[in-house]
Amino acid sequence: MTECLTKTSKKVLTKGNYAIANAAVLAGCECYFGYPITPQSEIGEFMSGKMQELKRAYVSAESELAAINMVLGACATGAKAMTSSSSCAVALMQEALSYAASDELPIVLVSVMRGGPGLGNIYPSQGDYNQATIGGGNGDYKMIVLAPATVQECVDLTYKAFYLAHKYKNPTVLLADGLLGQMMEPVEFKEYPYPEVDNSDWALTGAKNRPGRIIRSYAPSADNQCEFLNKLHAKYKLIEENETEWEEINTEDADIILVSFGSPARNAKSAMKECRKLGLKVGLLRPITLFPFPSKRIAELAEKTKKFISVEINMGQMIRDIKLAVNGKAQVELLNRPVGNPPSVEEIVEKIKKESGV
Amino acid sequence: MTTLTQTFKIPESIKKGSKFSFCPGCDHGVAVRLVAEVLDELGLREKTIAVASIGCSVTLYDFLEVDSLEAPHGRALAEATGIKRARPDKFVFTYQGDGDFASIGMAESMHCALRGENVTAICINNTTYGMTGGQLGPTTLIGQVTTTSPTGRNVEYYGYPIKIAEHIALCDGTAYSARVSLDTVPNIRKAKAAIKKAFEIQQQGLGFSFVEILATCPTNWKKSPQKAHERVREEMMPIYKPGIYKDITANN
Repeated sequence: MTECLTKTSKKVLTKGNYAIANAAVLAGCECYFGYPITPQSEIGEFMSGKMQELKRAYVSAESELAAINMVLGACATGAKAMTSSSSCAVALMQEALSYAASDELPIVLVSVMRGGPGLGNIYPSQGDYNQATIGGGNGDYKMIVLAPATVQECVDLTYKAFYLAHKYKNPTVLLADGLLGQMMEPVEFKEYPYPEVDNSDWALTGAKNRPGRIIRSYAPSADNQCEFLNKLHAKYKLIEENETEWEEINTEDADIILVSFGSPARNAKSAMKECRKLGLKVGLLRPITLFPFPSKRIAELAEKTKKFISVEINMGQMIRDIKLAVNGKAQVELLNRPVGNPPSVEEIVEKIKKESGV
Repeated sequence: MTTLTQTFKIPESIKKGSKFSFCPGCDHGVAVRLVAEVLDELGLREKTIAVASIGCSVTLYDFLEVDSLEAPHGRALAEATGIKRARPDKFVFTYQGDGDFASIGMAESMHCALRGENVTAICINNTTYGMTGGQLGPTTLIGQVTTTSPTGRNVEYYGYPIKIAEHIALCDGTAYSARVSLDTVPNIRKAKAAIKKAFEIQQQGLGFSFVEILATCPTNWKKSPQKAHERVREEMMPIYKPGIYKDITANN
């Protein structure tokens, strides 16, 4: 499976997890540190062979705690480094993610969501939308969160994750789910399309002909910390202005707009098309960045549409961000499946019909 | 006519104008100075990336003129692993307390040694959590009174203390493991020799090198600097015996 994956202009059929791993290699990832957990173990398996073959760094870490901290260490030198994991194990990493945000380190975390809470199960889930976008670590911080909906997007957004992490010196999460990780689709591995980011003014390289550099999160005084947090949040605002990305179809005349990210957005798109055939004015807005969330666009659409329906594989997490953006100007409904496969096209069509009064 | 020359100088690796903020009589200052002297002598300063840990050891980066990363509590050797794997040409060492190294960070410490990562760890063992006010730690001696062992450490409640250098020596990836003390001038010289040996082992790419330094905590032990050093000698050294527990470069 792994040997067929290299840079190619031809389409190859591959799993989401392999697509992410190969894209990371092509993005120039120098170090992979990881610990196995279903449904993303293929990423570490692929990396163990490929990174050794390319004489790059690979460590089978003793825990997810160690893995994410190894990523912090590597990133402190300016290296492109990553780990990958899933739900209950990403929970273990929250302390280090908070440190990385505070240290402004460009770590890349691939989070392939499974069922929770606790050990949960290995079925697809979007139960970690909050974990990724709000964060489980301490303090006021944000991570950039990218949500692929196809295996091709697993490739494209892995490239982008490395670029944005380094451009903004900010932890960046590729948030996929077990369905995307395991499904196979034809993909193309193009050249890494982004420029390399200069890190010579901050990376730890040894204090040669300059004073020693310190990367730390300890802020001895409250004033220091206030100044730092204001600076950090000015960066988040810049990220919101520059990097918010979403896909939008048929929203101009829509009475109902489906909002969905990741694998459920595929069924939402099919359901929208079905409903259009039935003459129902339905549109789709698919957030591609979950932070920054396309709140501004949703607020604009709330001025003219009647209803939003959030389609998610959880108990309703993204719906909170939609409601905040809509700010009471339109109705916001939920169509969810707690865990497992996304709501089916038929279920979504039924929900739309019900909400349309058909 | 004889001219006087200054022979005792502040090492180049110590930040100019910095003043140690450790409590009076605390051995951290001696340990940091020894590290700085060895960095100077081996010409390592400009290629060093140090990893500071959480506890009194965190202030390392305020005193050393080297590049430094602050690791979350216990994770210093995971950070060191990441740095060394990313940049094998750099000199990488951690500076940790016994709580950081052998309690919250035990998994990271042991696995770093087991993998034989080519990094060095310096661990200050003062038998207590110093920065938080003197609580029971992994090396608190049996019978020792701390703020969380008010009637003394008894094994029924608290279990046994750990002999760190001996455990690290058992790992196949360890190239060097030593325990030293800073209670007398001869012992300070031995401590410096051990740090130098550990750093040289990393330079030679031989694997994990480790130095445990027995140190005072006069503030939390509620002892004068002299009495604190007496305690190191009389209570700690009989249990935590100084010595070289592993050195793969030594002749058998």
